[in-house]
Amino acid sequence: MLEVRDLSVSFGAVRALRGVSFTAEPGAVTAVLGANGAGKTTLLRTISGLVKPKDGAIRFDGTELIGHSVEGVARMGVSHVPEGRGVIEELTVEENLRLATLWCLPRRQRAASIDQVLELFPRLQAFRHRQASMLSGGERQMLVLGRALVSRPRLLLLDEPSLGLAPLITAQLMGLLREQTEGTDMTVVLVEQNARSALSVSHHAVILNLGQVVVSDDAATVAADDALRHHYLGF
Amino acid sequence: MSLFWDYTLNGVASGMIYAALALALVLSYRATKIINFAQGAAGMLTTFIAFSLLTRGWSYWPAFVAVLLIGFAIGAATEFILIRPLQGKSELNPVIVTVGLLVVFEGLAGAIYGNASRGFPPAFSQSGLRFGSTTIDFSHFDLFILCAVLALMLALLVLFRFTALGLRMRASAFSREIARLLGVRVGLLLTLGWGLAGIAGSLAGLLVAPTSAFGPYYMNLILVYAFTAAVIGGLESPVGALVGGLITGLCISYVGGYLGSGVEPAGALVLLIAALMVRPEGIFSRPPARRV
Repeated sequence: MLEVRDLSVSFGAVRALRGVSFTAEPGAVTAVLGANGAGKTTLLRTISGLVKPKDGAIRFDGTELIGHSVEGVARMGVSHVPEGRGVIEELTVEENLRLATLWCLPRRQRAASIDQVLELFPRLQAFRHRQASMLSGGERQMLVLGRALVSRPRLLLLDEPSLGLAPLITAQLMGLLREQTEGTDMTVVLVEQNARSALSVSHHAVILNLGQVVVSDDAATVAADDALRHHYLGF
Repeated sequence: MSLFWDYTLNGVASGMIYAALALALVLSYRATKIINFAQGAAGMLTTFIAFSLLTRGWSYWPAFVAVLLIGFAIGAATEFILIRPLQGKSELNPVIVTVGLLVVFEGLAGAIYGNASRGFPPAFSQSGLRFGSTTIDFSHFDLFILCAVLALMLALLVLFRFTALGLRMRASAFSREIARLLGVRVGLLLTLGWGLAGIAGSLAGLLVAPTSAFGPYYMNLILVYAFTAAVIGGLESPVGALVGGLITGLCISYVGGYLGSGVEPAGALVLLIAALMVRPEGIFSRPPARRV
């Protein structure tokens, strides 16, 4: 379980996060929603160690994450898929996947694990040896999601996976995400601008506004609350 | 026609040396996007260390290996102690540091060994190879240069293409943040990249020394030629360093042979300007990402 307590982050005079607290349960998707500038990306970057917080605590399965290096947090089983389809363009599809297995899987299991992920994304199978820079936007998103899954993370942080994607591909990815989460002990934190899509696959929802948590409730409850949706999510 | 072939063979041998130093520049640039202007001087310093070991009775090959290891240590220490603390600050700072380091290394060598030029023993004979009654202008030592640089290139190719360590190093060079998010200890690998650059630089120093006036400043002109080679090949491509080195070596050899050795540095400068005007990203630069 991920527990974020009283987390505050400042960039100079700008307070990006102000006392953010929430929990994310294993086997469930927790959506973090809000307008541009609400602090969603900063929240994920702070959890994975890319941003140093001013105050607060981030505990995952009882272990404090703050103070560890980015790579140290990753090696605790935290997989962060950053905004903007973070493939390494100069590497091939297979190399991108293999890179994620190096620290966490024994040599013998790596190839099988990559094959399993490529079965989830048959489109990538054909491009296995192609440089990632040659992939389309949707294919890149499949690759980063596959790369996150291949390391069998305990905590998956997804930042705007639907950004710039066609609705059909977004629906496929979201469906796959829910499939991969349910019945496992993986904790998923999903940051999305596309609130409707995120709520459809999430179990819990946290809404940020100007760096503060304004709502933390079941995703179904949030989706059913017209006033809340209109006020904070714009639909 | 015979002169042309002589100049060609000379160009290949000297081009391989430029390729070795260009490779050193490429390895450090790939890792940290910094041109290490002290790379040639570090090679000079380690070659002086080899000179000291040889004069103390070491045989050539143990001294050769020891100096490559010392080159690795100097390269790694430079990144760890001097370059890493400058990350995220002005891009000019590391340039100033590497230029300063060049001056320090040359001053150190001058203070310890004196500024006079001296001879450095070659690993093999420098007399031309004989085929029957014909002697060509390509010596056993030139052949050693060719093999040593190709062996280094091959070793790096295997490291980068076929090992997990090489994959981690490439990922760290191409996208530091993503690599860290995937659990790669990027800092360690950047240090390793500079260490490998130190090996290539030390090899270049050892290969140049027997063919030039060995002294504290003998690598400066080689650094200019190697920089030209690295730019021609593409600053991030080890294969480009090899091809750029050969192109530079051949051009300089022809210019020196037909126009006089005094024109060689000007020839390199013209080549560098031409390369920057025609293909500034270099022959083997990575293709730009396709926007889709």
